[in-house]
Amino acid sequence: MSLSLTGVSVDYDGVPAVVDVDLGLPAGQVLAVLGPSGSGKSTLLRAVAGLEPARGTIAWAGQDLAGTPTHKRGFALMFQDGQLFPHLTVARNVGYALRLRRAPDTERRVTELLELVGLSGYGDRLPSTLSGGERQRVALARSLAVEPRLLLLDEPLSALDAGLRERLAGELRDILVAAGTTALMVTHDHDEAYTVADRLAVMRAGRLVQSGAIDEVWAAPADPETALFLGYARVLEGTAADRVLAAAGLRAASAVAVRRSALTVDVSEGSAGPEALRGVVLSARVTPDQVRLVVDVEGVGELDAVASVNTHPAPGEPVRLTVDPSRLATIR
Amino acid sequence: MARHHHRLTHAVRRPAALLALALLPVLVLGVFFLLPVSGMVARGFWVEGDFVPGGVVEVLTRPRTGRVVWFTVWSAGTATVVSVVLGLPAAYALHRLDFPLRRLVRAGLLVPFVLPTVVVGVAFLELLGESGPLGFLGFDGTPVAIIAGLVFFNAAVVIRAVGASWESLDSRPAEAAAALGATPLQVFRTVTLPSLRPAIVSAASVVFLFCATSFGVVLTLGGTEYSSVETEIYLLTTDLLDLPAAAALSIIQLLAVVALLAVAARLRASADPSVTRVPARPRRPARADLPQLVMTGLLLLLVAAPIVTLVLGSLRVGDGWGLANYRALDSTGSQQALVVPVTEALATSLRTAVDATWISLTLGLLVALAVTRRSRSRAERSVRTVLDGFFMLPLGVSAATLGFGFLITLDRPPVDLRDSALLVPIAQALVALPLVVRTLVPVLDGIDDRQRQAAASLGAGPLRTLLTVDVPVLWKPLLAASGFAFAASLGEFGATAFLARDESATLPVVIFRLIGHPGAMNYGMALAASVVLAVTTAVVMFAVERLRVPSLGAL
Repeated sequence: MSLSLTGVSVDYDGVPAVVDVDLGLPAGQVLAVLGPSGSGKSTLLRAVAGLEPARGTIAWAGQDLAGTPTHKRGFALMFQDGQLFPHLTVARNVGYALRLRRAPDTERRVTELLELVGLSGYGDRLPSTLSGGERQRVALARSLAVEPRLLLLDEPLSALDAGLRERLAGELRDILVAAGTTALMVTHDHDEAYTVADRLAVMRAGRLVQSGAIDEVWAAPADPETALFLGYARVLEGTAADRVLAAAGLRAASAVAVRRSALTVDVSEGSAGPEALRGVVLSARVTPDQVRLVVDVEGVGELDAVASVNTHPAPGEPVRLTVDPSRLATIR
Repeated sequence: MARHHHRLTHAVRRPAALLALALLPVLVLGVFFLLPVSGMVARGFWVEGDFVPGGVVEVLTRPRTGRVVWFTVWSAGTATVVSVVLGLPAAYALHRLDFPLRRLVRAGLLVPFVLPTVVVGVAFLELLGESGPLGFLGFDGTPVAIIAGLVFFNAAVVIRAVGASWESLDSRPAEAAAALGATPLQVFRTVTLPSLRPAIVSAASVVFLFCATSFGVVLTLGGTEYSSVETEIYLLTTDLLDLPAAAALSIIQLLAVVALLAVAARLRASADPSVTRVPARPRRPARADLPQLVMTGLLLLLVAAPIVTLVLGSLRVGDGWGLANYRALDSTGSQQALVVPVTEALATSLRTAVDATWISLTLGLLVALAVTRRSRSRAERSVRTVLDGFFMLPLGVSAATLGFGFLITLDRPPVDLRDSALLVPIAQALVALPLVVRTLVPVLDGIDDRQRQAAASLGAGPLRTLLTVDVPVLWKPLLAASGFAFAASLGEFGATAFLARDESATLPVVIFRLIGHPGAMNYGMALAASVVLAVTTAVVMFAVERLRVPSLGAL
């Protein structure tokens, strides 16, 4: 019982939107397809739902879905803005699919689902009276009501503001795990992907660049662009990469991706080894958690670094930096 | 003191500006609509200076009145239902699917809406008459012919109004429903239909209005046996000279129409501004779309059949074919059927239509600007709503009532226009006015007021703001509305039939005279003249359709 895509391509009026994608998703797991806008990730999702004509094979449990229309696939699709039916109450929205199937006990099931998404007692309200976050929860409950074989989530949280997005991402993960749902989520936000998914697939310009378990992808981005998209601050090559890798005590590689927090200002007394990084502070910006620096590092060039809030390195000051190897990713 | 003064002028200036915008249209509508219609109605109540309401009441209890009202209601009701049933699949096929010749089919199906009623009457006579290709059905002179004629006209209204709404319908809720396991039929029933319901109900109410007040079709196809309220008013005033009866029927009609317009206004689809919509791109037809495509083809056939028979009929001379009927158009027909040749009537029609167009456009633009400005107070808003409804009135008042009212009220001081060349254009402009207003208002309503505020905050005065924000959006709809008004004026028959003198008759009036006169040549000329009129309006409408203004003709 798993989803498998083989050589899937989608064109829009002759312009390729998705090119030759191979992808697998085992049952019970959550896969996030990550990509910048226009990368074809939403098109891929719509093709899986059966809403876009695609070439190649989209199969569920080994069975080709080419001739199966959307409503017979058993894949529920949740849109970016929920797409609740405005003329139906919350309860009727959630129970929509159950009523279509004339399922018994619809009312009890709707109550359970609303409880699951934390909206008990909202049943009689109309979608227009809900906040953006509440609408998304109702849309989620509506999608879960059918107990879909596969839940498709199209940027489910990106219409919400930052704080709410962070909180709902965690809740979404909990709800999906609690329901044991297999899900395919599309997003452009790497934090969201990291919070919700088990597996990660990165798309760029219609092509699948990399896929795998989420920590594996994170630890070894396929190329510099992927690294930058995954939230690494800079990608270093050549001697600069060698210097940083040596300072971290890692083997040499052709390139290394560096997170903002990989370099920390070392305020300890005593001398450091010859491979330690030294530089001059170019700029400093204080945030509630830390001081964010840009440092001109000897033999490397400009790098981002952080310092704890109680230290105040000023521009022009020399600093020594330590490297956290777990916040680097080598690129082969 | 200075501040107080400033606030005062501000409070006065806004209503004053509204008044200035609306003054001319209100004045024109007052003199050329309210005065004639009330004059006409008064004729019914006052006989030789005495108030005699009994006559009117007596008319309402006549069995014939009951029959006429009942016929109007059931024929209009049936025609409305049939129009909606035939129009919905076509609206879908033409606005959601992408297939070759789609634009052409779309324009073709809209032609009937602006075809002059008289032309449609003649075309159906030719199709269903004893010697016509469908004569064997025996529909000639039956209600079936009338209903077919009404549907021929009004299916286009349904396609237009519902199609526009369908086109702007976001396809994602339907996709969400399908992803939840709804079959295409269930998606239509539970998601699409509820979203379209306002547009459908509003289109149906407008179609009912058009059917119930249809004049030319019922007059040419109904003969003497079947009569609607509208044609009955005409017969009572011109043939029987029974003014109280005509007035009584006019009052009934006026009340019914006002009620219907109020319902239509309430139901007019208003989009929820908080919802962002992503209009669907038309897609290639799939096998599941076959029924809708077949229905569209059927409708196209229904629309084409009368037109084709009309054209063929106009080319038939005796037992052969030829252009003799067209060549005869520069004559006055056999047995002195006409006072002026048909060609001159065409020239008169075009001249009149130009005048009617600029009049209705000027008035319509002023009205649209007046009713769409943002209101600051509740009172201001209700004034605008009343104004909006006021200018819709000509839509539903019998053109015959209006025409006859012109004759009896504008023939003496203070307004003596009997000999004015503008009398006919003004009447036609009033008939076209609601169409112009309804085309422009949604466009102006669609402009985000913050655009104007942004322009003003950057230092643009009211006129400059208008030029920067409104005019770029408005010029195309304005052009489209003028084409629409022009076409409507070309085909206007009800009011013109009363007002046009024999020597300055317009083409539709001439056609009606020609059918009424015996003689094969006159009939052939009527067919040829109908074709000329149809082609002229069709050309105007095709040009308008190319401008692609969605609100056009959507009432």
